[in-house]
Amino acid sequence: MPFRNRSVVLGGVGLAVLLAIPLVVTQPHPQHVLIMIFLYALMGIAWNLVGGYAGQVSFGHAVFFGTGAYTTTLLMTKAKISPIIGMFAGGVVAAGIALIIGWGCFRLAGHYFAIATFTVGQMVQIIATQWKYIGAAVGVYVPLDRQYQWWLTLQFKSKAGFYYVALLLLGAGLWLCWQIGRNRLGAYFRAIKGDPEAARSLGIDIFRQKLYALMISAFVMAVVGGVFAQYVLFIDPASVFDGALSIKVALVAVLGGAGSLWGPVLGAAVLIPLNEYTSVMLGSSGSGLDLLLYGVLIVVVSVYQPDGLAGLWDRLFGARGRILREKKVTADAAARS
Amino acid sequence: MTGVVLTQAILSGLLWGAIFALIALGLTMIFGVMDIVNFAHGDFLMVAMYVAYTANAYLRMDPLLAIPLVAGLMYLLGIVVYRYIIKRVLEAPSVAQITVTFGLGIAFRALAHFVFSADYRQVQHPWVEGRVQFAGIVLGAPELVAAVGALLMTALLYWFITKTETGWALQAVAQNKQAAALMGINVDRFFGVAWGLGLGALGVAGALLANFYYIHPDVGAIFGGIAFVTVALGGFGSIQGALVAGLIIGLVESLAGVFISPQLKYAFVFSIYLLVVFIRPKGLMGTT
Repeated sequence: MPFRNRSVVLGGVGLAVLLAIPLVVTQPHPQHVLIMIFLYALMGIAWNLVGGYAGQVSFGHAVFFGTGAYTTTLLMTKAKISPIIGMFAGGVVAAGIALIIGWGCFRLAGHYFAIATFTVGQMVQIIATQWKYIGAAVGVYVPLDRQYQWWLTLQFKSKAGFYYVALLLLGAGLWLCWQIGRNRLGAYFRAIKGDPEAARSLGIDIFRQKLYALMISAFVMAVVGGVFAQYVLFIDPASVFDGALSIKVALVAVLGGAGSLWGPVLGAAVLIPLNEYTSVMLGSSGSGLDLLLYGVLIVVVSVYQPDGLAGLWDRLFGARGRILREKKVTADAAARS
Repeated sequence: MTGVVLTQAILSGLLWGAIFALIALGLTMIFGVMDIVNFAHGDFLMVAMYVAYTANAYLRMDPLLAIPLVAGLMYLLGIVVYRYIIKRVLEAPSVAQITVTFGLGIAFRALAHFVFSADYRQVQHPWVEGRVQFAGIVLGAPELVAAVGALLMTALLYWFITKTETGWALQAVAQNKQAAALMGINVDRFFGVAWGLGLGALGVAGALLANFYYIHPDVGAIFGGIAFVTVALGGFGSIQGALVAGLIIGLVESLAGVFISPQLKYAFVFSIYLLVVFIRPKGLMGTT
């Protein structure tokens, strides 16, 4: 019990600190960085369900993000529906699109799947760029709400409002992922990653489970997309259906720790500030030095910490992690012999 | 009239297709030998183009003359990248193998940005420029040279893989690493050779492209994307597959661009790809 008590206390203190940050840190830029960390962490969690837990590496997650951003924004501009409802509507639409994409792409395995998701992402971007009804290449401006009726428009007077929205959603995402991880669904996902043939022989409908993973993942991505659109107030296919976004989301999850609950949070907490502050310090004038550092860091982490930062964290701080890893090593050794 | 337009579209599609095939060759080879997808492939092409550009701008070397130089330097780069980076992730989870090459790509692109800035550049006074005309069909002369060069290089590499001892060793390593090691083949060395040859072939493609194409830090993005599709369409690890797939993609791109809409041409390329892999999940000529 002392262990449990201690983690409850630590969790409570951590939550209090997170809630108090906007009261202390009032400058817009640090708040912006924190919001980006939360949103990317949440997207990393979403990606992790498919790419980490179920082992199906996707390079097309921007499709779901963009679907959420567009659905939410168009519902508001064309039908006056609040983004608070709109973002979940976007999630449902994205889950439907995930069903279609998954139905096609999950016939493919490994690299073929990864490249298929990449091409689907490119195609969706091209189509969105040509589609007049949704604004084509010009994009959509979110109408400004000067009364800041956030329940109608999800716009706030200061960034602190978005900070709490992002934090709340991140908490919900973590809870969802934790629940999935400890339930039957999570066990299915891990079985698919570990040994698809064995999972199939035990009667698991692999195709169906992969579809579930992708649909849940797409829903979460779309919710983030919906919030993001109201945050930046302008969306176009080049920004919300960007292939680079798909890759960044995957990097956040993988560098943090693919298949671990807190991995994407760690990944976002390292990558996003690095991305935001190096470009401020080294000058975002297009010299490229910031991205050079970013790229080199990704290489270094991949080479020296291939299990992601969560693995490093465990080794440094977690007794539980050490035991789990030893178990895995013995299991691997047993499998090899 | 439409006959001429159609012939024109088919010919220029085939020219580009041969170039796409050569670009994809290095990618398919590295994958075939060691099961690693090099996501920095497009960025390595960009590096090769800048090498050719530098040789042209500072040494007054024609890009065609610079082909051996570019290919040699890219061969060395391939060996170095394998030895110091890829080798260390061979036993790592596959996601780490993916991120490591992504990171490399980002770093090289940023480096090009830093050294050469984002300006679009072009080689000066190449030997081959202008157009070739016959029977109402107009083709770019450097494109024609690039396509012929690409086909020659593809044939050369195919000959090398199937007819030389080094090529046999590479095939052996690709088929079964343990068995190859037991036969006395130094697997590690041939992994390096695969990277060297893969990037060397890419170097040839880069020099041929630099002869007429604009050079900028992000030039690898679209060629890299097409290379993945080419390799997956042809079947990972298959040289003949890459050639056939490259030609198909060139044709589809050109025909869709001329007869449907230039903005939608890549959407057609990608849908042909998806259509093929849904029917044949391992690509046209994939085996494993």
